[in-house]
Amino acid sequence: MSNKIYAMYDDDATLLHGAEKLVEKGVRIKDVFSPFPIHGIDPVIGIRKTRLAVCAFIYGLSGMILALAGMYYFMIQDWPMNIGGKPNYSFYQNIPAFIPITFEITVLCTAHGMAITYFLRNKTLPGIAAKNPDPRTTDDKFVMEIETADAGMDEASLIEALKSTGAIEINKA
Amino acid sequence: MHVVEAEIREPLILGEKSYNDITEDVCAPIEGKANSLWYFVFGLAGLLALWGIGNILYTIGVGIGVWGLNKTVGWAWDITNFVWWVGIGHAGTLISAVLLLFRQRWRMAINRSAEAMTIFAVMMAALFPGIHMGRIWQAYWVLPLPNQFGSLWPNFNSPLLWDVFAISTYFSVSLVFWYIGLVPDFATVRDRMIKPLPKKIYSILAFGWSGNAKHWNRFEEVSLVLAGLATPLVFSVHSIVSMDFATSVIPGWHTTIFPPYFVAGAVFSGFAMVLTLMLIMRKVLKLEDYITLKHIEYMNIIIMLTGSMVGVAYLTELFVAWYSGVEYEGYAFMNRATGPYWWAYAAMMTCNVISPQLMWFKKVRRNLVITFILSIIVNIGMWFERFVIIVTSLHRDYITSSWTQFHPTYVDMGVFLGTIGLFFVLFLLYSRVFPVLALNEVKTILRATGEFGVKKAKSTEFSLTDGFSSPVVEDSPATDDSSEDNSDDNGGETNKEQE
Repeated sequence: MSNKIYAMYDDDATLLHGAEKLVEKGVRIKDVFSPFPIHGIDPVIGIRKTRLAVCAFIYGLSGMILALAGMYYFMIQDWPMNIGGKPNYSFYQNIPAFIPITFEITVLCTAHGMAITYFLRNKTLPGIAAKNPDPRTTDDKFVMEIETADAGMDEASLIEALKSTGAIEINKA
Repeated sequence: MHVVEAEIREPLILGEKSYNDITEDVCAPIEGKANSLWYFVFGLAGLLALWGIGNILYTIGVGIGVWGLNKTVGWAWDITNFVWWVGIGHAGTLISAVLLLFRQRWRMAINRSAEAMTIFAVMMAALFPGIHMGRIWQAYWVLPLPNQFGSLWPNFNSPLLWDVFAISTYFSVSLVFWYIGLVPDFATVRDRMIKPLPKKIYSILAFGWSGNAKHWNRFEEVSLVLAGLATPLVFSVHSIVSMDFATSVIPGWHTTIFPPYFVAGAVFSGFAMVLTLMLIMRKVLKLEDYITLKHIEYMNIIIMLTGSMVGVAYLTELFVAWYSGVEYEGYAFMNRATGPYWWAYAAMMTCNVISPQLMWFKKVRRNLVITFILSIIVNIGMWFERFVIIVTSLHRDYITSSWTQFHPTYVDMGVFLGTIGLFFVLFLLYSRVFPVLALNEVKTILRATGEFGVKKAKSTEFSLTDGFSSPVVEDSPATDDSSEDNSDDNGGETNKEQE
């Protein structure tokens, strides 16, 4: 049976250095909870770069195509109207007037698509329970989560190793 | 990992703060009770808002004939107020998006409230075209929905329709951007709440945010991409608003300078409104250590810069009106300055061009009283700018027999004052229940730009517990490396950019 060890730090830099030392020793750090992003922690604990930006680009492209196709259908295909003599028979000649809305719809689709994907991928939605092990991790404490099975050493020496990295509190769960 | 700011820079966070102090300071208004001054101001704003809502309902019930519009001046206070509020709504996203891309750390103390202000201001703005439609229940006609008229579509060549898309995109994207930043801070409030009902409410608002490494990894990516999107969006919105005028063939409106001129004016008035609100808020909510004199000085410099840009635009307009040799254009500008609305033109010139020039003096930029008065003067000036552009261009029609004056009725004034009341009602409520500072962002700059660096947490005593309660190891020696840590934190590593 695998237990979880939570090592608490009062400083992001201490945690980062500690994590580097532990990973060198072969400890696998499952997760880190912090009140703000700890810069540089991702490669240390093996978190890959998010692909959200790629999603955003795809949403934006879809939005742009949607807007252009829509305006082509409404203004050129389905019901061309003569408004102040502006070209109503040619999409190409009418396109300068379509640029503002194309831009807005592109931004709209990108931003909302990305936000929805972000919340779904994070599993953060209204009504979902928080998983941070200690309420202080959203205030001023930084917690490292390690599964004893992944530690590559027995529990006592893991605790010893954590203590040497400057953890102020170690909890088991 | 933290870049330590050069000593020549003033600190952005004053006092010896720890991470916990920041949480305490920002959560204090949420957890505490409002004082009687808050209730007084809230009551006043609420009364104004009710008066405004009454006037809006009266307008909708009877029709816009109750406004002072006539057949020559078909746009007046309503569109003036609309452009004014949209302009004010430009500072928030500019601060949080443009200044994020430029890595301006001082934005972090003000972006949350500036964005809240933006959202409330855009709500007020959107109200005006809505009620100006007359039959507001048919507002959905602006959308391209299949209909019973053989599917007759809205006119996508019209700047008025561009405006519909611009304002609604701007509003919803700003809201999403704002909320994504709020989620981790709601989690902080949630984890501090003791009473069950508020805890439940903040749990729902926090979306179950846990703050683990992957969450933060995605959070930073989303913030950056949204900032990149919001930056051109901010500039597009007021450009499109200006095209409502610039694409029509009315002397005084038909000018290509309008988009940049309107955007500069919007940033100008937006920052002025941010200053008006922040100067009060930092005092009432005791946030002087976070919204410092340096922040106010930075904002004043932006006001000075954009005010000067607006001034250059005014003079360019005048020059081009003369240089173009178009007599209609020449008359429109001569009439603005010397016609029956000369007083509005004079107010605009004084408030927008002359008053921000005072900001060249460092003493003025850092004086709270002068700054507060100037911030209000700027917004009065910007209201007059829109009034001058709209009403003075319209009131002299091509046929002399159509020349009129515009006289606002009490309904015009009531609706305008009502939106100011409603805006303050929303902002006052926000300041009681939302974390008014971006906690997670402010904490990231504490080390680099805090006054004395971080105050070390006092509890370096080591403890080891099982399941958060009983100690596993009885003898818990104090860690011997606290001194090491200190040296590490305060100085050391300066090679990685903090953001």
